[in-house]
Amino acid sequence: MSALIEFRGFNKLFGEQQVLDQVDLRVESGEVIVILGPSGCGKSTLLRCLNGLEVAHSGSLTFNGRELLDKGTDWRDVRQQIGMVFQSYHLFPHMSVLDNILLGPLKVQKRERREARQQAEALLARVGLLDKRDAFPRQLSGGQQQRIAIVRSLCMNPQVMLFDEVTAALDPEMVKEVLQVIQGLARDGMTLLIVTHEMAFARAVADRVVFMDAGRIVEQNPPEIFFTNPQTARAQQFLEKFSFVETLPKKAPEKELERL
Amino acid sequence: MASSGLELLWVSLPQLGKGALQTLSISFLSIAFSTLGGVLYGVLRNLPSKWLNAVLRVYLELFRAIPVLVWLYLLFFGFPIFFGISIPSFTCAVLVLSLWGASEVGEVVRGALHSLPRGQREAGLSIGLSGPQLFIYVLLPQALKRMTPPTINVYTRIIKTSSLAVLIGVVDVIKVGQQIIERTYESVLIYGALFLFFFFICYPLSAASRVLERRWTQA
Repeated sequence: MSALIEFRGFNKLFGEQQVLDQVDLRVESGEVIVILGPSGCGKSTLLRCLNGLEVAHSGSLTFNGRELLDKGTDWRDVRQQIGMVFQSYHLFPHMSVLDNILLGPLKVQKRERREARQQAEALLARVGLLDKRDAFPRQLSGGQQQRIAIVRSLCMNPQVMLFDEVTAALDPEMVKEVLQVIQGLARDGMTLLIVTHEMAFARAVADRVVFMDAGRIVEQNPPEIFFTNPQTARAQQFLEKFSFVETLPKKAPEKELERL
Repeated sequence: MASSGLELLWVSLPQLGKGALQTLSISFLSIAFSTLGGVLYGVLRNLPSKWLNAVLRVYLELFRAIPVLVWLYLLFFGFPIFFGISIPSFTCAVLVLSLWGASEVGEVVRGALHSLPRGQREAGLSIGLSGPQLFIYVLLPQALKRMTPPTINVYTRIIKTSSLAVLIGVVDVIKVGQQIIERTYESVLIYGALFLFFFFICYPLSAASRVLERRWTQA
């Protein structure tokens, strides 16, 4: 079976610096891929290349068997099938929630207003925000804005969704409501590529964890193996840093006072 | 004196009105073309093409560095000499003021578009918007708030600068005033009337710009 998305020998440079180095990655339809790695390892760039927001340097990237690095690629068409959600939501501040969601379906896909609106409202209901349809982004919390941003992408009926650190800008108490929405999409069998720092979430939702470092894919494994028995030293180091906080000893205030 | 002064104004009114109409026609045509040209300039300057940006920079610098008056003379007196084309003075005034105004409005639009967060552009692209759609539905409406107050200030400058058209023979409100003064020597009275004329056209505009600026920076 051919993969839905396939990177082969994929390279991307920012000036002299190689941010993606010979990346090979196959994603099957319906798979949930979580990409982990330290800051600057190229994981966000990988997602952005898939959406045409960054231009690749060399290699091959196919989607549905179609080569995307060809000059003639219609990125507008690809972007309708590969939705993207950003860290800081980027809702359009001058439009109501409903107008934010309907812009793509009406202007890009030229769909009928009533039908598109029905879908938008159904999706809003699903993320628990139907009552906010006429609100403006500035009236909403970060978590609410991010859920709207997800709906804005979903309303284009994409085959794949890309999530680029979508909870990184949120207050801790709002992270849950956003992750629940993503988890729901995973359960429905949608193909997802998720870049995140939420380790527990990665473990719960991923079919496969892709670990990147310095522009390369270092390790790919099912979450059970990756988190309990990482195969590479670099991944072990990385996971240790995340468990550091959990394993810290409890603070002993008396002792500190004595020292003073 | 007072009654004869008012009388003079009263009898000059049709003449002054004609001149005022010229001034206002030149101003409003120039404002309209400046706005269209300025938005186009601002959008084009935000495209990644280096070549296009270089050409537009040259255009901008030419209208920044060379006084409007010199442009007026260049077109009005230079074109017949160099190209054998003579441009009527009214057209010439509108053309120069529009090109100058478009460079001024254009810089405002460019700056306003440039100041928008980059994520807005990316979010628009990610739902499949085309370049023109991105500007029409996402970027320009957001830039509108930032660019309206400074653009109105450019408008008042266009209205005031339109008085230079006298120097290439346009009979605008100032020229009419001068003609009346030559006949009657009532310079204080006529210039006073001209002062009020420009003040009552430009002041509401700059007041509106201030109000909008205050209201929109609060929101």
